[in-house]
Amino acid sequence: MFALIDTQTDLIQLRDELTDHSAGGYVSFEGWVRDHNEGQQVLKLAYEAYPLLANKEGGKIVHEAMDKFEIIKAACVHRTGLLEIGELAVWVGVSSAHRDAAFSACRYIIDEIKVRVPIWKKEYYVSGDSGWVDCEECAKHGHVHSHGEHR
Amino acid sequence: MKLTIEYYAQLRDEAGCGSEATETSCLNPAELFAELNARYSFSLKQAQLRVAINDSFAHWDSPLNEGDLVVFMPPMAGG
Repeated sequence: MFALIDTQTDLIQLRDELTDHSAGGYVSFEGWVRDHNEGQQVLKLAYEAYPLLANKEGGKIVHEAMDKFEIIKAACVHRTGLLEIGELAVWVGVSSAHRDAAFSACRYIIDEIKVRVPIWKKEYYVSGDSGWVDCEECAKHGHVHSHGEHR
Repeated sequence: MKLTIEYYAQLRDEAGCGSEATETSCLNPAELFAELNARYSFSLKQAQLRVAINDSFAHWDSPLNEGDLVVFMPPMAGG
């Protein structure tokens, strides 16, 4: 299951949907909005998605994880809209019989989500500037930042 | 042929709109992006973008057809 959500969600409920009598454990990852990025003090941020394709690609990634790892259930939700510091931006949960597979699948899902799902992040800075953030992989490959204003 | 084009994130800011209808003779998304880039001078190069046709990822040389929805996407930045 992959879903875009536009409000804060009940994490207990998400977790409960992964329980299973054959599961020996559960691993989750929460991505939070932090107050700084690349030397700038961040006030808040906005996530924008291409909903149809984001849901399609996000669902595909979760299915890939189910195929690649010995897990029982997996799910991911990603926020859209305006988020304040400390708010949950993304959540991944995986249940499995043994912990290794759950850790690996959780890592796989969050890593793939970040580079493949059409979601974009605009940061608003304390300085009054704002800018769209390039993905980590693109930055690593030395591509130019799309907005020079916050560098 | 008539196409609908959508932009996201910085591409939308630079085009000044999220969506537009266009009449073009471009055969594929690469030609279409070059045509639009001449109009908007996007800050991102084609090599940095992904393209979708009718809500599925497409190749830059995929054929375009009458009525297609073409979406240009900046580098993903979720998570």
